Amino acid sequence: MTTTQQRRLEYRALFKQNVGKRLAVDKAVRIIIFSCVIIAIIPLGSILVEVFKNGITAISYEFLTEVPGSIGSGEGGIGPAIQGTLIIIGLSSMIGVPIGVMSGIFLSEYGDNQLARTIRFFNDVFMEFPSIVLGIFAFLMIVLILGHFSVWAGAFALSLIMFPIVARTTEESLKMVPVTYREAGTALGLKKWVITFRIVISGAKSGMITGILLSVSRIGGETAPLIMTILGSSQFFSSMDVPMDALPLRIWRLSLLPYDSAQLQGWGAALVLIIIILGINLGVRYYFANKKGSIFGRLIKQGVSGKK
Amino acid sequence: MRKELLKSSKVGRRPISDKIFRIGATAAGVYVLVMIVFLTFQLISESYPIWEENGLSFITKTEWNAVEGREDFGVLPYIFGTLVTSALAMAIGVPLSIGIAMFISDAPAKIGGPLGFLVELLAAVPSVIYGLWGLFVFRVYFVDWVEKPLHDAFGDSIWIFSGNPFGLDILTASVILAIMIIPTVSAVSREVMKAVPQQQKEAAYMLGATKWEMFKLAVFPYSKTGLIGASILGLGRAVGETMAVTMLIGNATGINAITSSFFKPSQTMSSIIANEFVEASPASLHLPALIGVALVLLIIAICINVVAHILVTRMLKVKEGAINN
Repeated sequence: MTTTQQRRLEYRALFKQNVGKRLAVDKAVRIIIFSCVIIAIIPLGSILVEVFKNGITAISYEFLTEVPGSIGSGEGGIGPAIQGTLIIIGLSSMIGVPIGVMSGIFLSEYGDNQLARTIRFFNDVFMEFPSIVLGIFAFLMIVLILGHFSVWAGAFALSLIMFPIVARTTEESLKMVPVTYREAGTALGLKKWVITFRIVISGAKSGMITGILLSVSRIGGETAPLIMTILGSSQFFSSMDVPMDALPLRIWRLSLLPYDSAQLQGWGAALVLIIIILGINLGVRYYFANKKGSIFGRLIKQGVSGKK
Repeated sequence: MRKELLKSSKVGRRPISDKIFRIGATAAGVYVLVMIVFLTFQLISESYPIWEENGLSFITKTEWNAVEGREDFGVLPYIFGTLVTSALAMAIGVPLSIGIAMFISDAPAKIGGPLGFLVELLAAVPSVIYGLWGLFVFRVYFVDWVEKPLHDAFGDSIWIFSGNPFGLDILTASVILAIMIIPTVSAVSREVMKAVPQQQKEAAYMLGATKWEMFKLAVFPYSKTGLIGASILGLGRAVGETMAVTMLIGNATGINAITSSFFKPSQTMSSIIANEFVEASPASLHLPALIGVALVLLIIAICINVVAHILVTRMLKVKEGAINN
């Protein structure tokens, strides 16, 4: 059957109708998807704007260095909280980083067996444990046994959050070092641990540092595990065996108070915390992601904080 | 002299320092397993009194009374609160995240990269700051612009919108949770969508598909497992999230936490722990009850995460196979 001119026109009309509808649907979906992106960006923008706008009015030299004043007076500052956050970050890194790095070395250098596969899997699962459960664990292991709140308990709880992230990123970055480097080391007759520490790690350094700093920025904002381990206090650090303050804890306690002045101080503390955390996070990403010729740029861009 | 040296060096045998190194690395690797075992054991043994007292009815009871002499604990209301808030957060957050993943996976790197980075920044903001923002900024607008209109329109006819909107309720907490799971879900979905072989997409385009039809034909069927895994991973995050929820959910206890309206306060498992843990005395049943809540929470979270990991890794393994072929 030959196609007549009339038929051809008929087909064309049908086609146009069909395509028009499909293109309209396509366009609608594009708009919806784009608005998804906008909806996700709005809260981020709003959080940053509000924290900076409200926080900046609270910040002063006294606010950053003094102990909190009496409740509701709006006097005093968050000195102990800033100090406490720095102490707890330092201590938990002291526990978490060596374990995480060694664990990463195990997974990457000796990681071709069933044990390592099991560990890798549970590492990933452990990373998603609710942080408050880890806090309770630290409470049971340390606070309950010692009989008092302890800075060590807080550091232990945060190190539990930290080490799987460090292990994961260490493994990923060690694996990116070409195997020929290791073979060259072996050919020189070096011992395996010398090869690992002197050759492999020095090649994977920037990736590992990124992972460690991102895990620091993660634990810096953790509140839940600190409630039952270091409790919070309004004094400067005096001993490992008494409660200590930390910025997230202070923000939480301030937000529970019904005074406007407390709310303002809460915003001020939030500003300090967000500057510390986003500072580390952004700084690391920007610095390493833009390093020319770095094989770790890819790793960083795909997001190292365990979201693969 | 030289010959002797060669002889004495133990050719083919590992030096002792290497053995120590290997043992050390293995120990650090095993640390995570030891911690998981210890953690589970500790939670079970410390919450034992409450199981002894109530048996499994601890899970199904709705009372929550910490007054001395009249102690009575049941975890059901908080399981309810956790599941309802997480489910709502998923219902809001997952479509948004998948939309974002579609946009970023399809956009040119110049736009997609920075956008993905901005979305990931959402994950870097501490939970307590979400809580603060939700409490003092978001709640105010949300009550006026969303909850009150919903209440006025459907308050009388649909039971979930009844009750006077105040802002410290299930819906507010769920929306904040949804915002918090967006980075996780969209990052994993993006990875999964990138794993779809390019040939499949091109084949769809060649059939004359529009972009949306290409997604429907080539991307979604291929990445279904991975997308479900990504969503479940987000669910795991939502279930374990503490601070922001504690600050926004209104903290009702006991039977009051089971509510039929989205505009009533409730309580999740993690928020009851955060609220009451410090006040609980180890001598009474209060502390074992809270540890029991933590145990239930942990079991739910582990189940969710194991399922999610298996789904996502299976998906990404398929990708490797496809590329190698």
